[in-house]
Amino acid sequence: MSGLDQLYQQLILDHAKRRTGNMPLLGAAEPPVGASHQINPTCGDEITVEARRDPATGRLLVRWDGEGCSISMASASAMTELAEECDPEGFNALEARFHELMHSRGQAQPDEEALGDAAAFAGVSKFPARVKCALLAWMALKDAVYQIEGADRA
Amino acid sequence: MLSAAQVARIRNDFPVFDREVAGTPLAYLDSGATAQKPATVIDAEQDFYAQRNAAVHRGAHTLAVEATEAFEGARAAVAAFVGADPDELCWTKNATEALNVVAYGLANASAGLGGAEAARFALGPGDTIVVTEMEHHANLVPWQQLAARTGAGLRWIPLGEDGRLDLTDLDDIVDEHAKVLAFSHVSNVLGTINPVGALVERARRVGALTVLDACQSAPHLPLDLHGLGVDFAAFSGHKMLAPTGIGALYGRAELLAALPPVLTGGSMITTVTMEGAQFMAPPQRFEAGTQPVAQAVGFGAAVDYLRHIGMAAIADREEALAQRLVEGVARIPGVRLLGPADAADRIASVAVDVQGVHAHDVGQYLDAQGVAVRVGHHCAQPLHRRYGVTASTRASAYLYTTDEECERFLAALAEVRGFFGADS
Repeated sequence: MSGLDQLYQQLILDHAKRRTGNMPLLGAAEPPVGASHQINPTCGDEITVEARRDPATGRLLVRWDGEGCSISMASASAMTELAEECDPEGFNALEARFHELMHSRGQAQPDEEALGDAAAFAGVSKFPARVKCALLAWMALKDAVYQIEGADRA
Repeated sequence: MLSAAQVARIRNDFPVFDREVAGTPLAYLDSGATAQKPATVIDAEQDFYAQRNAAVHRGAHTLAVEATEAFEGARAAVAAFVGADPDELCWTKNATEALNVVAYGLANASAGLGGAEAARFALGPGDTIVVTEMEHHANLVPWQQLAARTGAGLRWIPLGEDGRLDLTDLDDIVDEHAKVLAFSHVSNVLGTINPVGALVERARRVGALTVLDACQSAPHLPLDLHGLGVDFAAFSGHKMLAPTGIGALYGRAELLAALPPVLTGGSMITTVTMEGAQFMAPPQRFEAGTQPVAQAVGFGAAVDYLRHIGMAAIADREEALAQRLVEGVARIPGVRLLGPADAADRIASVAVDVQGVHAHDVGQYLDAQGVAVRVGHHCAQPLHRRYGVTASTRASAYLYTTDEECERFLAALAEVRGFFGADS
């Protein structure tokens, strides 16, 4: 597989079109919403991610709105599908794993069972200029989840 | 106009063109960001360190004399290249610093520094600073800061749909309140060459200072700053074959003599007491601290190289490249050119929006074909917002660019939408 095909796997291109979680934002609502706006200053890409915890299941509910390249949009989509299976603690563990994979410079073997579709982004780690694109949504959700946890602690 | 054989010979002077990217020869179409360097420039910098390295403007030993001669010789060469006198050319680390030296110099004058001579530079509430909607952030943000510091207002000349400044309301925007008119000679995104004469004439009529961002004109067009009649100008060495870390501020002699300095300290004073200091005449007044001497020498070698080829021949050649790029882009479905659709009054730099595909993805696809372009907002977010996009893909040519490289860019660009499924 060429470098370009490793970067743009079909799964990634599909997510870039599907954009799971890309919908109008809720703004302030009950239960408390964590929200974070992140910008990639090199290209002006941006995303706002909102997260709540479903009171019934304890799992995260995620919405986002943004504009960016196929890598950043696909990453937000794959992340949303994964995060909605998680509680905040589970997401943080997942985020740490994804973060490590993205900084592996193509050396790490992704844990496909844990990372699901996000494992397809392993090829991105060979392109240092694109790692920020893949991490943009994850940074935003990490921040939003931190706010939810902070509300719990308060 | 340079022939294909001349372009081939020019390419032999640039070591980087020996390398391959993605298994093919590099097609470097990112000269608007930074130009490649000929061996003469690389050698000049190395030769300075190997043979003449010493502190300039001090010391009486042989090396110090030779280093000073090389440093000042480079100043004279660069000044002559842009139609200025040597004493009107101050070294800066880049054009951004040069523009900031003017903006902060005006702020210092507004704070009362520089005495009566500098009072002409003072701004306050009721005054306006005028820029344009196409500016690089380097010629926008310092003026926003100056406005915030002094209470002056900020206005701008809008962009038209055609990628040129809309001068319909020029007389209203640059009115008697205008103290500064800062504008690009050539847009770093659109490639548009602006009508400097009309803008300078209007500014003069209302007594506003003109500040020209010449970053994209000095490398590509014959430049005569005295002829243009601007008050200040800024340009960067690295975009015109010189090393990074060296740029220049031009100011009309009488203005530089009155402008308060921004960076102060060593090498720019005549007398210092515990209570105060007196400053040297320009250009040294604006060159505090140890200067980038080897880089300046490299800059001198760069303009020698460009002069040897001939700026008129380079400009003619780039006009042909501009035509090839503009016409080629127009033939590709789903690709919108940002900027003038004809080759007149523009340089060979084309920015495009590929429908349904983000610029980063476009750039990545092109890179996989060995074609290097710039993607992003090119430090001009308001311009991109004006055209309804956050980012674009820019191919920018220079004297070493071949027709074949332009065709490789166009061929790859035509494939992008198919690869990303944006054409279905």
